Amino acid sequence: MAAVEKIFNDTITDRETQDKTLKWVGTRAPRPDGVDKVTGRAKFGADTYLPNMLYGKVLRSPHAHARIRSIDMSRALALPGVKAGVTRDDFPDYPAGAVQPAGEMVINYRDMTRNIMAREKALYEGHAVAAVAAVNERVARQALSLIEVDYEVLPHVIDVEEAMKPGAPLVREDLITEGVEPAPEEPSNIAKRVEFGHGDLDLGFSKADVIIERSFKTQPVHQGYIEPHACLASFSEDGQAELWCSTQGHYVARGHCAKLLQMDVSKLRVTCSEIGGGFGGKTVVYLEPLALALSRKACQPVKMVMTRDEVFRASGPTSGASMDVRIGATKDGRITAGEAVLKFQAGAFGGSPVPAAAQCAFAPYDLDNVKTIGFDVLCNRPKVAAYRAPGAPLGEYAVESVVDELAKTLEIDPLEFRLKNAAKEGSDSSYGPKFGPIGCVETLETAQNHDHYLSTLKPGQGRGVASGYWFNIGGQTSATLNLCEDGSVALVVGTPDIGGSRASLTMMAAESLGVELDKVRPLIGDTSALGYNMLTGGSRVTFAGGIAVHGAAEDMIKQLRERAAATWDVPIDDVEWHGGQAVAVNGYKDQEDPMGLLDIAKDMAKSGGPIVGRCSTNAQGAGPSFGCHIVDVDVDKETGKVSVARYTVIQDAGKAVHPSYVEGQYQGGAVQGIGWALNEEYIYDENGKVENAGFLDYRVPVCSDVPMIDTVIVEVPNPTHPYGVRGVGETPLVPPLAAISNAVENALDIRFTELPMSPPRVLAAIESVG
Amino acid sequence: MTREHITTTINGDPVEFLCDAEQTLLDVLRDELRLTGSKEGCASGDCGACSVTLDGRLVCACLVLAAEVEGHEVTTIEGMAVGDQLHPLQQKFLDHAALQCGVCTPGFLVAAKALLDRNSNPTETEVRFWLAGNLCRCTGYDKIVRAVLDTAAEMRG
Amino acid sequence: MRYEVPETKGEAVSLLAMAEGGGRVLAGGTDLLVQLRSGMVKPDVVVDIKKIVETREITAENGGFRVGAAVTGAELDEHKALKKLWPGVVEAVELIGSTQIQGRASMGGNLCNASPAADTVPALIAAGAQCHIAGPDGERTLPVEEFCTGPGVTNLQTGEFLVSFTLPSRPPHSGDAYLRFIPRTEMDIAVVGVGVSLSLDSNGICVAARVGLGAVAATALLVAEAADALIGTSVDEGAIENMISAIRSACRPIDDKRGTIVYRTQVSGVLAGRACRIALQRAEQS
Repeated sequence: MAAVEKIFNDTITDRETQDKTLKWVGTRAPRPDGVDKVTGRAKFGADTYLPNMLYGKVLRSPHAHARIRSIDMSRALALPGVKAGVTRDDFPDYPAGAVQPAGEMVINYRDMTRNIMAREKALYEGHAVAAVAAVNERVARQALSLIEVDYEVLPHVIDVEEAMKPGAPLVREDLITEGVEPAPEEPSNIAKRVEFGHGDLDLGFSKADVIIERSFKTQPVHQGYIEPHACLASFSEDGQAELWCSTQGHYVARGHCAKLLQMDVSKLRVTCSEIGGGFGGKTVVYLEPLALALSRKACQPVKMVMTRDEVFRASGPTSGASMDVRIGATKDGRITAGEAVLKFQAGAFGGSPVPAAAQCAFAPYDLDNVKTIGFDVLCNRPKVAAYRAPGAPLGEYAVESVVDELAKTLEIDPLEFRLKNAAKEGSDSSYGPKFGPIGCVETLETAQNHDHYLSTLKPGQGRGVASGYWFNIGGQTSATLNLCEDGSVALVVGTPDIGGSRASLTMMAAESLGVELDKVRPLIGDTSALGYNMLTGGSRVTFAGGIAVHGAAEDMIKQLRERAAATWDVPIDDVEWHGGQAVAVNGYKDQEDPMGLLDIAKDMAKSGGPIVGRCSTNAQGAGPSFGCHIVDVDVDKETGKVSVARYTVIQDAGKAVHPSYVEGQYQGGAVQGIGWALNEEYIYDENGKVENAGFLDYRVPVCSDVPMIDTVIVEVPNPTHPYGVRGVGETPLVPPLAAISNAVENALDIRFTELPMSPPRVLAAIESVG
Repeated sequence: MTREHITTTINGDPVEFLCDAEQTLLDVLRDELRLTGSKEGCASGDCGACSVTLDGRLVCACLVLAAEVEGHEVTTIEGMAVGDQLHPLQQKFLDHAALQCGVCTPGFLVAAKALLDRNSNPTETEVRFWLAGNLCRCTGYDKIVRAVLDTAAEMRG
Repeated sequence: MRYEVPETKGEAVSLLAMAEGGGRVLAGGTDLLVQLRSGMVKPDVVVDIKKIVETREITAENGGFRVGAAVTGAELDEHKALKKLWPGVVEAVELIGSTQIQGRASMGGNLCNASPAADTVPALIAAGAQCHIAGPDGERTLPVEEFCTGPGVTNLQTGEFLVSFTLPSRPPHSGDAYLRFIPRTEMDIAVVGVGVSLSLDSNGICVAARVGLGAVAATALLVAEAADALIGTSVDEGAIENMISAIRSACRPIDDKRGTIVYRTQVSGVLAGRACRIALQRAEQS
C-alpha cells in the first residue's frame, strides 16, 4: 500500500511551478476524446465501413531487387468478385525535379509514384507491384495469386557501406550524387552529400590533449505503431472523391493523392480517422492512392488495411547507419574540435534523415570547431519515413558515446563535462543559427541534482547519461472557433490528434478566451473544413496549433468586443475582454453589466450574425528542446542480457500545457529508445528478405521489460509562443541509445559501438575480453 | 461455400451470426457485428489489441475461430461500461493519462479487468507480466501500470 | 475449409482419417490460427478436439497425473496438486506466450506444433512424460522425446491425434525446473530451453535424473550424458560443471534470427546449471 501511495504522489502532486495567472494551461484536465477511447467507440483507420464496399489487397514483390518485365492481370480480373485492378500503368510518371517540402522530409513525386507502385523495378521485398479490389478479402487474396509478374531478379544491397562501394548493385542506374562539386561522372547509390559546421578542425584538434575517434554501426528499425496503415476511399462517377485514413496529416495526404491521381486537390476530401500511433511513419501515403485508384475504376468504395507483415516489409522504417566520430578536448574538459561522418540508409529512394542527424549531432555543445558530413545512400529497403526526431538519435548516439569516453578518460564527471561545453543562449549552433533561449544547461543541472544521479548503484550495475536535441518545427496551421448560440464554443483544428493534442489545444483555447474548459468542444476537421494544415509531426502541433488557436481566440474576442460595444453603443476601445466577459472600461466603467459568451451569443443574429474566430498562420519560431537522460542497467554477464533498472528523463518543455501528456511523451520516447538500444533490428536473409516481419521477432519492449520512467519537466519558456510552448514529442527518443550504451560501458568497462546491444552481441564482447 | 451458423452470447446479449470456417472471432466481431473496439494489430497473438474474454478467460480474438464460440460467452470492450457508468479502470485510465493514441487501450482495459477480477491486489511486477502480451508503443507503460494499481487500490476500498 | 467438433475420440479419428492428411487438429489454436492466416497450412478440415472430455481433463493417476492434451496453460497453473508435483513442467507451460495465449495454449498443441524451441517439451522430457495417442488402429503410448521427428514433423500417422499425457508419480526428495533464455522478459520464442528433473536419496545423493534440452537441435533432446553427470553425486558444483559440459557437447544448434550457434551453445550450459540448482533445491525441500 505504501508503495502504491508513493507512486501516486508522483503523478498527482504537480511538481511544476503552477503559474497562478493561468487557469487551464498547466493542469491535468480530462482529454475531450478520452471516453471514446476507453469505450472502444473511437474510430481508427480500419473501423469505417461503407455500403457496397470492396476490399483491396496489394501484390508485393518477393524479391529485394528485380526488373519487372511484365505484369499480367487478366486471370485475376476474370475471377468472379474482382472489380478492379491497378498497376504502374494506372499512375502518372513525374520527372526527377518534382519536389515539394512536407513536414520534416522532402517529397519527390518521381520517387513517390514509384514507391507506392513499382515501375521499372521492384526495389525492395514488399514493394507494391499490383493491387486488386474485390467483394471480400478472400476473393481479393485469391486474385493476387492469379496475377502473373515476370521478374528479372537483380543483385541487391542492404548495408550502407556495401551500397557505397564502387561496383555495388545500383538501386537507380542514373543517380548522380548531389552536393559534390564537381558532380561525379559515374552513377552510384549515394544520393546526396551534406556538410555542416564552422571553425577550423585542424586548429581545434591541434589544441586537444586527448582525441578519441570511434566508428559506430546501427541496424535499421521500425516505428512500430500498433495500428497498421488503413484507409477507405470512395470515388464517385463525377470525379470527386472522399478518403478516410489513418494519417498524421490529412491535408498532406490529400496533396499527395491528388498529385498521384492527377486530380484537383479540391475534389478530394480527406477525413483523418483516429490514429493508432505514427511516430513519423504515417506522414506518407502507401495504400491511399491505391485505394483511390481502385475505387475510381470500380466506382465503389474500397477499403484497404495492411497486415502487420506488410507494415514491417513495406512501410516506414528508419535508417541503419555507419558513423565515424572524432572529438578532441583539453585536460580541463573543454572540447576543442568535433567531427562526424554519418552514412545513412535511405532505402529505395533518396531522403534519409542524415541531414537532420548531421545538424543535431553536436547541437548540445558550444563548439568553436565542428564539422559533420552526411551521406544519403540508396539500398534495397523501403524508402525510410520519418521516425521521431528523424536521424537525431543515431547521430547523438555516436557523439554522446565519444563524449562519455572523453569524460571518463579525463576523469571528469560526465554531466560536469557536458556542462563545461553546453550550448546556451547566444551560442552558435553546430549547424548554423545562433541559439535563442534554450534549456540545455538547465536540463544538465537538473540531472546533476536529481535523486537518481545522486543515488548509489547496486553491485554490478552501470549508470549512463546522455543529452539530446531536436529543432522542432512550426508551419502552416489553421484553427476556427465557432460560437454556438448557447455560448459554448466549437473548436475546429486540422491536425490529427496522435497523443492528446485535442486536450492541449482546447486548454489553450479556453485559456485565451477566458472560458470554462468544458464550454469548448474540439473537432478535427476534414480537409474541406479549414484552410491548410501541415501534418502532425516535428513536435509542432501544441506549438503551432497553440499559436493558431490563440490567434483564433483573439479574432473571436475582437468580434465579441465589437458586439458588446455595439450593444452598449460605446467605442470599441472602451470595451475590454476579461475573464471571459466583455467589460466596459475607461469612461464607461461600471456603467454596463459585463457580457459573457452566452449574452453575446444569444443575440448574435441581431448584432451582426455568426461569430467565428479564425486564424491561419505559418507559425515560426519553434523553440528547440534539449533533454538529458539518466539510466541504470543490470547486465547478466553469463547470458549478455541487459535490463534497465531505473530511468529518468529530464527535458525542457518550454511550458507543459498538459503535464501528463508531456510526461507521456518523455516516457514513451525513452521506452522506444530502450527497444532501439537493446533488441530492435531488422534481420535480412542472404536474398535481402526480412526475416522478422512481425512483433514476435521484431522485439519492441513489453510491459515487463521496463521500470517506471521518472520524468522532470524543465520549463524554459519559448518567447515566440503565447504560452511559452516548445515541442516535446521527439527529443525523448534522442538520448536513450547513447545513455544506455554509456550505462552498459559503466557496468562492464566495455565500450559498445554497435546497436542493438542484443544478448549475443553483449555476451560475445564479454567473452572476448575474458 | 456453406457458412457456419453460430449462436453465442456477446456482452451478455444473445447473438447469432454466419461465418466462414476460416474467419476468426476478431474478423466476425469487427466485420460482421461491427464491434470495432477490438483492434487488429498483428493477427498473430503478439500485440493483444484484440483482447476479449471467452467464458471469463482472457484471449486474443485473432487466435479464436469464430465457430468456436458456439454456446460460449464473449465479452469485449463494448461490454465494459454499464450504461453511462465507466468501469473504474476506464476512469482511471483517463485520470492517469494512461493512453496517448488509444489504439491499444481497449485491449489493455480488457486484460487489466481480467487481472483485477482474479487478483484484487496485484504487485507492480504482477501487473507488468500480466500485461506483457499487450503492446503499447506510445506510453512506455508507466501510466498504464499506475492506472491499474490505482484502480485496484480504489476497488479494494 | 470445414470446421468440425467431434465429441468422441472415435469421431475425431474418423474425421482425420477421412481427410487423408488434409485435416488439422485444433486445440488452443495459438499456432494453428497463425499458420492458417499466413497461408502456411491450408487444411480441408479443422477438427476441434476440445469437446472430447479426455483432452480437457486433469485426473490423478497412479500417484501422478493424466493431463488432457487441450488443457490450457491457465488451467494447469490453477491446478495446485499438479503444480506441486511437477513445478518445472507447469512453469514451462506458463512461459508460452502472454496471458492471452495462456488462456488457450495447451501442452498438446505445443508438442504437436513440433517446434524445436517449444517450451514445454524439454520439461516434459525431463519429467519422463508419456504421450497417449488415439488412431484408426486404437491407442498407443509414446515417450515425449520420441514424439517429434524433426522441425514441424511428428510421429503421428494419418488419423491419429494426441489425447493426453501422463506425468508420472515421483519418489520423495525429487524436484524439477525449466528455464529458457529469451531476449525480452516475455513474448519471445526460446533461444535455448533446459528442463532438469532429479531425485535424491535420503543422504542427498542423486539417484535419478533426466535432462531435456530445447532449441539447440532439430528436436528437443533427452541428454543422457548430462543426467549421468549428476547421478551418483551430491549434485555439487563439480557435478554441475560436468553436466554443463555434457549439455554443451549435446548442442547441435543452427545460426538463425533468434541466436547463433556459439551463443546457444554457451547459454544452454548456463541455463542448465541454473535449472539444475533450482531442481536440487526443490528436491531437498520435498
